[in-house]
Amino acid sequence: MAQLSGGDALIRALHDEGVELIFGYPGGAALHIYDAIFNQDKVEHILVRHEQAATHAADGYARATGKPGVVLVTSGPGATNAITGIATAFMDSIPMVVISGQVASDAIGSDAFQETDMIGVSRPIVKHSFMVQTPQEIPETIKKAFFIATTGRPGPVVIDIPKDITDPSVKFEYSYPEAVRIRSYSPPVKGHSGQIKKAVEILMEARKPVIYSGGGVIQGEGAELLTALVRKLGYPVTNTLMGLGAYPATDKQFLGMLGMHGTYEANMAMHESDVILAVGARFDDRVTNSDVSKFCPDARILHIDIDPAAISKTVTAHVPIVGPVAPVLKEMLELVESSKTGVDSEALKAWWEKIDHWRARKCLAVANADNDVIKPQQAIQALFEVTGGDAYITSDVGQHQMFAAQYYHFDKPRRWINSGGLGTMGFGLPAAMGVQLAFPQAVVACVTGEGSIQMNIQELATCRQCALPVKIVNLNNKALGMVKQWQDMQYGGRHSHSTYADSLPDFVKLAESYGHAGVKIEKLSELKSKMAEAFAMKDKLVFIDIAVDPEEHVYPMAIRGGYMSEMFLSKTERT
Amino acid sequence: MRRIISILMENQPGALSRVVGLFSQRNYNINSLTVAPTEDESLSRLTLTTVGDDRKIEQIIKHLNKLVDVAKLVDLTEGAHIEREMMLIKVKATGAQRAELKRVADIFRGVVVDITPTMYTIQLTGTSDKLDGFIAALAGTPILEVVRSGVSGIARGEKVLSL
Repeated sequence: MAQLSGGDALIRALHDEGVELIFGYPGGAALHIYDAIFNQDKVEHILVRHEQAATHAADGYARATGKPGVVLVTSGPGATNAITGIATAFMDSIPMVVISGQVASDAIGSDAFQETDMIGVSRPIVKHSFMVQTPQEIPETIKKAFFIATTGRPGPVVIDIPKDITDPSVKFEYSYPEAVRIRSYSPPVKGHSGQIKKAVEILMEARKPVIYSGGGVIQGEGAELLTALVRKLGYPVTNTLMGLGAYPATDKQFLGMLGMHGTYEANMAMHESDVILAVGARFDDRVTNSDVSKFCPDARILHIDIDPAAISKTVTAHVPIVGPVAPVLKEMLELVESSKTGVDSEALKAWWEKIDHWRARKCLAVANADNDVIKPQQAIQALFEVTGGDAYITSDVGQHQMFAAQYYHFDKPRRWINSGGLGTMGFGLPAAMGVQLAFPQAVVACVTGEGSIQMNIQELATCRQCALPVKIVNLNNKALGMVKQWQDMQYGGRHSHSTYADSLPDFVKLAESYGHAGVKIEKLSELKSKMAEAFAMKDKLVFIDIAVDPEEHVYPMAIRGGYMSEMFLSKTERT
Repeated sequence: MRRIISILMENQPGALSRVVGLFSQRNYNINSLTVAPTEDESLSRLTLTTVGDDRKIEQIIKHLNKLVDVAKLVDLTEGAHIEREMMLIKVKATGAQRAELKRVADIFRGVVVDITPTMYTIQLTGTSDKLDGFIAALAGTPILEVVRSGVSGIARGEKVLSL
């Protein structure tokens, strides 16, 4: 048994837990830990340029790999800067462990320099948190933190460590626990078989079924089983923003995304359905619209979720199934496969005819603009073609995010990485760093806008230091596009603080000043060729600044307070 | 409807703030709250009363259950249960009122636990309704101070809340 200090024990425990990479930023209260990092070579530390970026990078890493992301920050401002990223991970149920330095135990509560009550500040946005009281507690606390972060409905866990706990002169006998048991925490490991059977019976009797799947299918490694179940049943499937990639988007049974900016066919099918199988989705207000009493009036809801609190929270489930999606889907698939009756194929045929009729409306068709102007949708279409649909796409928040969700067809899970729940601008670039570090050979693109990218633009320096060849696809409309869209639609076109055209940087020069490459694209006729050139620079970060039509809105768009069938389809058409 | 939720949770720093925080974070109400360690010092028993429709109560219970520190909980109002609250009340007691106050306290099975020439401190135990009733019965008597413990409760019969 080795005699280790708290700082050494912490890093050793991370290694023993299987952590290869942590994202962080040093500061006073974390310096003993940083010295411990310096003295080893097993756990790699990535120095970001702002603690928020550390959390988003760890988050991107987690979403792309399925492994927990790990963050190390100092006390006070280091900890508070991490808050937005922790909240982002919390809303999207991303496994993350955030270690924050704290002032020494005897200074806590004295308003010491760089003191913040991190446990208190982070409390509403963590799955759980720990304040370490003695160095000896470190190994078990780390084990517990990872266990909680990664099991059940995943989420961020904060470990706050006062500086004296990591003091190099205080050593103890280190051993890492193989397993840990927390008597008050036992997440479900399977669904209730009786409920599953009941759900399958209703599902197979359905005449107008829809399968609605969310981020839980991706987090719960259920994409393959979902795909198998959907194909076996022959039913239409739609994904939430968080669930894209859980079912191949280029498949004919896929209706596209649903909800506020979902496709016409997905929203119509939901509205008219008689049975909805919701898998790892939480009936978020961006799906149900504001008045849940109008949500899918004829549908019986079968709801699978690992979190009992997600079931019947907003929409009442007729058959609730609490459990991890993968084993539940497996059990359902077996029941469907062994069913003697099969599905109602005649009703299903009529249902598909109806869906094809909705599809014929081609709600995502894009018409060329005049004068060789690039529509933002066309930029995403070009991105899809240039990358062969096989890139990891991270996104920021706004119009570009919706366009990416609508026009980049994700065929695989964990390829679409965006802040769905919290809607955090500034997420995209650091998240892309996390993905690129996890998969150095992969093509990673960050779809962003000139608004969002400026919220964490300093990470161009991190990308330089770590030689990360991320491709930044900047849909530059010289405005906060989504804010402006709402102002156009709901505030008489009064663009209150949503424009800044005269103060934008030259992004190409900016990228170049960090030692990266930059490409400016202004004409539709050169969109694909220039984008292809940018992606051909495999070893370089390329900032692709695309001037897009500033007048474009995202459609379809749900009409507030209406049924799911009520949408604006363009500036002049509505259902 | 008013509910009494009884929680068995880890006796850990921060556990109580997580329970209380959940209520403010999700816009639920806490009407009363009592907490103390149990015979097993690693566990605390927390009893809280809240109001809400069935849907809200279901959400409250689910979210409480999700807290890592919460080991078990029960909605006592779902079954037969015993509910008690303790009150210490300091009232002005002078002249002829002294005897009358003593009589009222006796009727409510209250005990005068402290006196001065001008006041009584009365201790009273019972359901919250009974304590409310006592205060109402004091109509006209100046109340100087009221301290209530908040509700604690336990299920009737063999049912126990334990690990």
